[in-house]
Amino acid sequence: MRISPKTSQRIAKVVIWAAALLVIGVLLAILLFILIKGLPEIDWKFLTEIPRNMGRDGGISSTIVGTLLVTAVAILVATPFGVGTAFFLTEYTKEGRMTRIIRFSAESLSGIPSIVFGLFGFLFFVMYLQLGWSVLSGGLTMAVMILPTIIRTSEEAIRTVPTAYRDVGFSLGGTKWQTIVRAVFPSALPGIAVGVILGIGRCVAETAAVILTAGSALRMPISLFSPTRTMAVHFYIMAREGISIEKAYGTAALLIVLILLINVGANLLVNRFVAKGK
Amino acid sequence: MKGRAEKFTEHLFLVVALSSLSVLALITVFLFVEGVPLIAKVGLFRFLFGTVWAPSQNLYGIFPMIVGTVAVTLGAVLVGVPVALACSVFLAEFAPTMVRNVVRPAIQLLAGIPSVVYGFWGLLFVVPFIRSHLGGPGLSILAGSIILGIMMLPTVISISEVSLLSLPRQYKEGAFALGLTHWQTIRTVLLPAAKSGIVASVILGIGRAVGETMAVIMVLGNAVAIPESILDPARTLTTNIGIEMGYASGEHQQALFATGIVLLFIIMLLNSSAQLITRKK
Repeated sequence: MRISPKTSQRIAKVVIWAAALLVIGVLLAILLFILIKGLPEIDWKFLTEIPRNMGRDGGISSTIVGTLLVTAVAILVATPFGVGTAFFLTEYTKEGRMTRIIRFSAESLSGIPSIVFGLFGFLFFVMYLQLGWSVLSGGLTMAVMILPTIIRTSEEAIRTVPTAYRDVGFSLGGTKWQTIVRAVFPSALPGIAVGVILGIGRCVAETAAVILTAGSALRMPISLFSPTRTMAVHFYIMAREGISIEKAYGTAALLIVLILLINVGANLLVNRFVAKGK
Repeated sequence: MKGRAEKFTEHLFLVVALSSLSVLALITVFLFVEGVPLIAKVGLFRFLFGTVWAPSQNLYGIFPMIVGTVAVTLGAVLVGVPVALACSVFLAEFAPTMVRNVVRPAIQLLAGIPSVVYGFWGLLFVVPFIRSHLGGPGLSILAGSIILGIMMLPTVISISEVSLLSLPRQYKEGAFALGLTHWQTIRTVLLPAAKSGIVASVILGIGRAVGETMAVIMVLGNAVAIPESILDPARTLTTNIGIEMGYASGEHQQALFATGIVLLFIIMLLNSSAQLITRKK
């Protein structure tokens, strides 16, 4: 029996809607599960107290500080390099072998597994540069990891800046540098910010690369050279070693809330950017 | 004077732009320096195809991990790709604007969830389900496949959707004008036309699955043995590194860097083929 085109259209439509609902369902299942179990664990003490007894008691304050520090180092290092590369690719060179090589390396870098970044960070920052397991090693490793994201989003943002902006800059007698700083950069800023926000999200979520480079010390980090444990690493250790399932839920819920905020922020920026472009 | 400043900024930008290239080179060099001596000592063939991984006896064969990686990745493709493709067709063709505006950010969010959270969820939901309904320890290739299948969704969905949306409108209009239904148009015109983008999205999704570590550690059981069924535990290349890096030293540690080299090779192969496929267009 042949199925009529009309029937197959109907079946396909149902299957495709079902697939979309399934994806949303899985997302909700994961989010709700973590939030329902974890949010009740979060209170003022959980956020402000140092973990005690391997994390069984106390809060997670030192891991929050560790996450913030590692992320800050990564963003402060990766942003100038990423945005600079994007400006080079768009403003300072014609498409050619050089741009192809740079794009190829950025794209390859974006596909490398985080555990390989972890191995590299361990060899290069921890051992070779003798930074040890530290905020600095972790942050620099993450900087390398988020570099491609920042390059790509910045490049897209710069490309959407109308050519007229540049023409006006030049016609007023501005140099290339002045035109970029005063006309192109401000207009591309929201798009660049989206890349940076996505980079923050990856730093907060990362485990494999950070555990090999920043370590897993529970002490409050006091300098860039202190070893530290980020929230994601803390959650991983708590869950895997079964130290405290309640604290693990709490940490996971806090991570999810942060990721939600980061995503909402990025989306708001994108929408504003798009609205302005029109 | 002005000219010199301009030249300086131009050179500065060039140096900055070469950073990603130099990082890629550094990663390769450092891994090779650390890992290649061990591969040379063991022998490439025995390293890749040796079936015994016993660092305490200086035996380094990663074949069980290669089998584990391939098995879990294949499983993830079977679980994730059909759903992802249907979802990308949904977003590109069927979804009303309002629904699309909800689903798209949701999929973005799915990409942002930390991999440890996926692993944790798998450990508490998927693993017990498999243990009680299908038997075995629960920590298994099947559990890993399901979790990785979910984790590769955002990559496959977003890239496939973009390649469907970038098709010229005339394709669809022409097909409609010939009297095809919407689904016939999708199946016989749009999907074949977007093939290269879709294949690239699947390859990149595979790359994501091969490279994932933390989620897999939590649900795969991590036994170093060649698995016989999808309900058996297994170990992948990434988890081999993730588990043992914490305490390995000396030759053992070198063997883990060597495992990293193999991983890097696989990923570079996958990525360059994805890049080649999309460029051909």
